[in-house]
Amino acid sequence: MKDGVGAKGKKVANTAMNDEAEEEKKKVTIYIMGKAYEVPAGLTIMKAVEYAGFQYIRGAGCRAGFCGACATVYRKKGDYKLYTALACQTAVEDGMYLTQLPFVPANKAKYDIEKIEVSPNTLIKFYPELVRCVSCNTCTKSCPQDLEVMYYIQAAIRGDIEKVAKLSFDCIQCGLCAIRCPAEIAHYHVAQLARRLYGKYMSPTPKHLLERIKEIESGKFDREMEEIMKMSIEKIKKMYAERDIEGATEARAKAEKD
Amino acid sequence: MVGGVGRKEDRKTAYDAGMMKIAYYPGCTLKTTARSFEKSVIASYRVLGIEYIELEKWTCCGTYFSLAKDDLVHHIASIRNLIRVKEAGYDRVVAPCSMCYNTLKMANEEVRNDEEKAYRINSFMDEEEDYRGDVEVLHPFDLLREVGMDRVRGAVKKPLEGLKVMPYYGCMLVRPEIAALGKGELPGIMEDLIKALGGVPVYTPYNIECCGSYHVVSNPDFVMARARDIAKKAVMEGAEVIITSCPLCHYNLDRMQLEAKRKWKDFKEIPAIYFSQLMAIAFGLGKKDIALDGNYVDPRPLFEAKGLV
Repeated sequence: MKDGVGAKGKKVANTAMNDEAEEEKKKVTIYIMGKAYEVPAGLTIMKAVEYAGFQYIRGAGCRAGFCGACATVYRKKGDYKLYTALACQTAVEDGMYLTQLPFVPANKAKYDIEKIEVSPNTLIKFYPELVRCVSCNTCTKSCPQDLEVMYYIQAAIRGDIEKVAKLSFDCIQCGLCAIRCPAEIAHYHVAQLARRLYGKYMSPTPKHLLERIKEIESGKFDREMEEIMKMSIEKIKKMYAERDIEGATEARAKAEKD
Repeated sequence: MVGGVGRKEDRKTAYDAGMMKIAYYPGCTLKTTARSFEKSVIASYRVLGIEYIELEKWTCCGTYFSLAKDDLVHHIASIRNLIRVKEAGYDRVVAPCSMCYNTLKMANEEVRNDEEKAYRINSFMDEEEDYRGDVEVLHPFDLLREVGMDRVRGAVKKPLEGLKVMPYYGCMLVRPEIAALGKGELPGIMEDLIKALGGVPVYTPYNIECCGSYHVVSNPDFVMARARDIAKKAVMEGAEVIITSCPLCHYNLDRMQLEAKRKWKDFKEIPAIYFSQLMAIAFGLGKKDIALDGNYVDPRPLFEAKGLV
């Protein structure tokens, strides 16, 4: 089957092929939900699936590795292992058997963050299944963000909310850990609760933020804002393009010099 | 290898130089409800020239060693922790919590003695290097034997002046034989320690009796009765304080005495503390290191009356 190949087909000039065209010619076979498709090597899983003619309705979001919508499970030919990945961040390999998880039906506790009492047992109270962890490490192996998932779950069991918040900081909530866990723990939801608790009740309030809020409330920036509101779109665009981001001008100068 | 710390040949040099480093496995309880144990054990062993270096990564040991022959998944946590010890460049690890010590040691012996189980555990943990039991699991008492009681005596600044102490081993340090601190029923190490600190060990039939362990969750009355019996016997034999190395024994003895007092008005409480707190007291360490403030049966009046803290 060759769904979509025509659409991407490209006339190649008679002259010697350049590297790019060579690459384009190289095809790999992937299996989407069991069916074989030939796709150009070097595509991400997400692009390869689209190349094969599928259209994403769920399971795709930012396409840049940040939103966690494109959780993917795959296996390679001749290998018993189930691998996990984000479809938008992982290149296809020959012989990949893959499927995507548009949704993870993991247990999610209901709580009012304003009314939670923070104690070492708070996380276990909302997620008692935490204590079923046997440290098998499957969660860590499944994490496309390379987080130490098992170690933050272990910290959660001990009630070390700060450690959970810090170890899980880069979690993008794809849910692959939860879908692989033999103890049916919803790691990413536990971690999110920990980060919320840490942010609201435990992390120190930055002084400069309080000062800035005071400045804003006292109307220090009102006039500037009003001026911008009256500006033409063109002028705002120009201002935006010419703005100086801290250190960026310097970095640019250095890059040009190098 | 990190800092020339683990191997036998380096150990003597390290001791001679005044600081022998050892990998330290805290376990969950020493980081939560038994902070006084952690503080005092680290501080008092530093006085003896032994520095506990906490593993960067560790998980719960599994809490208990599963005796079901096919229940290998529950040994994985222990074995991975021992692999982390190796990865950190050590060949020995000290686990002060009796439960952790027992669990780690039993799992270690399992992979040492059962090739097939070792194979299955290792093939499950396919991302770690294979492990065949080459790390030594130690209790702080093993280290006391290693440095010798002369060194302990030499570190004493405030001798306990005949303080009568009941050494409470509980189960995990003496059972089963494969994990036991010594041959026979009484290892004797706590008695030697008490004497070295200037105290008098008190023998009772309850020194190696079970405290009721995790039955405290489902059957607290049963554990309360056991705590009462142990405490009663200790007082009868003239003990002024009980020492232990098990956070669960400690909780059961300490907290359940409070319950016993509520139920039996004439019940006489006796404070229970960690052995390392007694060491910290005799070594003349500061209040923060001794950490006597977390108990239900307050041990402070006893030591204050004797001018020890």
